[in-house]
Amino acid sequence: MSARRIFARPARFAAIAPYVWMALFFLVPFGFVLKISLSQTAIAQPPYEPVFDLTAGWTAIKTAFAALSIDNFKLLVSDEIYVFAYVRSLTVAATATALLLLIGYPVAYGMARLPRRWQAVAMVLVIVPFWTSFLIRIYAWINILQHDGLLNQILLALHLVSEPVVWLSTDSAMYLGIVYSYLPFMILPLYATLAKMEAALEEAAADLGAPPLKVFWLVTFPLSLPGVGAGVLLCFIPIVGEFVIPDLLAGSNSLMIGQTLWLEFFTNKDWPVASAAAIVLLIVLLAPLLLYERLQRRQLEER
Amino acid sequence: MRKPSRLSRFNIASLALGLAFLYLPILILVIYSFNASRLVTVWGGWSLRWYREFFNDRAMIEAAWMSLRVAVGSATIATLLGTLAAVALSRGERFRGRTLFSGMLYAPLVMPEVITGLSLLLLFVALNAERGFWTVTIAHTTLTMCFVAVVVQSRLGSLDRSLEEAAMDLGCDPVRAFVSVTLPLIAPAIVAGWMLAFTLSLDDLVIASFTTGPGSATLPIRIYSEVRLGVKPEINAICTLVIGVIAVVIVIASLASKLSSSQGESAAPL
Repeated sequence: MSARRIFARPARFAAIAPYVWMALFFLVPFGFVLKISLSQTAIAQPPYEPVFDLTAGWTAIKTAFAALSIDNFKLLVSDEIYVFAYVRSLTVAATATALLLLIGYPVAYGMARLPRRWQAVAMVLVIVPFWTSFLIRIYAWINILQHDGLLNQILLALHLVSEPVVWLSTDSAMYLGIVYSYLPFMILPLYATLAKMEAALEEAAADLGAPPLKVFWLVTFPLSLPGVGAGVLLCFIPIVGEFVIPDLLAGSNSLMIGQTLWLEFFTNKDWPVASAAAIVLLIVLLAPLLLYERLQRRQLEER
Repeated sequence: MRKPSRLSRFNIASLALGLAFLYLPILILVIYSFNASRLVTVWGGWSLRWYREFFNDRAMIEAAWMSLRVAVGSATIATLLGTLAAVALSRGERFRGRTLFSGMLYAPLVMPEVITGLSLLLLFVALNAERGFWTVTIAHTTLTMCFVAVVVQSRLGSLDRSLEEAAMDLGCDPVRAFVSVTLPLIAPAIVAGWMLAFTLSLDDLVIASFTTGPGSATLPIRIYSEVRLGVKPEINAICTLVIGVIAVVIVIASLASKLSSSQGESAAPL
C-alpha cells in the first residue's frame, strides 16, 4: 500500500467534525425552511404552526403532512409585488454584472500586463477593499452622494450644476454601490486567468498582422472565458439576493426580493411567506449555484 | 519578455482609475471622521471630537465588544473545522458523501446571506435556543469555515506531497507526519484563514441580524440602524476605527501569506 493511501484514512476521519457541523447548521436548516414555507401563517410565538411531534408516531406525521399547504407559494405567484420583486432582482443582478464585467475586465487586464512584482502589489490593492466592511463602503458613498455631499459641492463649485442634484435613493446610486462593492469579486477571477495566459499567443497573432483589438477579441477574450464565467457567477448570485445596498441607496418604490423577504420577516412577521420566498429564491439560483460549485471544484482539482 | 504593447497606456489608465474608484470613497470617509463640524459635509478643521463621542456611547461600545467576541470565537472554531475539512477534501481521496460534503462547503460562499440567515434562525427557533452571542457565533462559524476551507485547501493542493510520503517512509505514522511536516507548511494559510474569518464576521450584518436576539446587537447592526436614520459624524469615526482594526489584521495576514508564498507557489487569491 502506498503512503498516499495510508494517509487517506486518517484524513477521512478529519471530515467527521466539519461534516456534522455543516449537516447540522447548513443542511438541516433548509428542512425547516421547507417545512415552514408549507405551513399556515399564525399570529403566535413563534409565528407559525408547531413543528410536528415525532413522539406521536406515524399518525402524527400523516396529519402533519395533511396540514401542509402550498398557499404561500400560490401567494408568491399570484401577488404581483413578489413577481415584480423577482423580476427586478434578476434584471438588477444582470445589469450590475454586465457593468462589473465592463469595468472589471480592463482593470484585470491592466493588472495582468504589469511586471511580475507589481502584479502582486496590485493584487493586494484590489483585495484590501474586499476585507474592508461593505457596510462602511456603502456608507462612504452616502457621505459623497447625499444632498449637501461632496459630489454636489464639487459640481456646484465648478458651476456644472446650478442646484444640488438628487443622487441618493436612485437606481443609479444603487448600481454604483453594487459595482463598487462587488468589483474585487469580478477582478480577481479575471486576473487569475489573464495572468496565466501565454503572452506568446497574443504575440503570434500580432506578428501575423492582427490589429490589437482583433488580437483581444479573437485570442485574449476567448481564452479568458473561464475567468469571465467565475467572475459573472461570483457576482450575479449574491446580487440577486442583495438586501443592504438597495435598501440604503435605492429608492423605496420598487423592492428586490432580498428586501421583500426581509420586510416580510421582520416587519410583517409572516415567517411562512418569507420561507416560501427564500425557497423560490433558492430554486431560481439553483442552476447558477451548481454551475459555480462545479467550476470551483474543477479549478481546485486541476492543481 | 513581453513586447511593448500599443495598449499599455490604456492598461495603466484603467488600472489607475479602477484603484482610484476603489479607494477614494474610503479615503474621503476617513478624512471626514476628523472633521470638527457637526455638519458632515462642512469642513470645520481637524478634531478628534467624534472619536470621543464614540467612546462615550455605551450602546456602541457594547456592540463593538460583542462583535469582537463573536469574531474571535467564530474565527477560531471556523479555522479548526475549516482546516479539518480542507485536509479531508485534499488528502482523503474518495470517501462516502464527499460530493455532498464539498457541495455544502462551497454553497455558502455564494449563497445570498438572507437565505443562510433565515434558515439558521428557523433552526434556532425550532431548537428553542436563546438567541444572542452563541447563536451569532455558530452562524458566523458556519459561514466562515467555508472560506477557511478554500484558503487552506488551495495551499494543501500546491504542497509537494513527497514531503509527507518521505516522513512516512522514515517511520512516521500519518498523523505524526501531518503534525510535524504538513502542518508547519500550511500554517501561514491557516493564519490567513483565521484573519479572513475574523474580518468576515466583524463585517457581517445580514446573518447577524437574523440570528441575534434583543439586546445583543453587533456593531454592523447598530451602524446600520444609525445609517438608516441619516448620516452622523460619529459613524465616520466608528467606521474609521473599524477600518484601522482591519488594516492591522491585513498587514499580519499579508505577512503570513508572504511567508507562505516564499515557501512554495503563491497562495490563491481570496
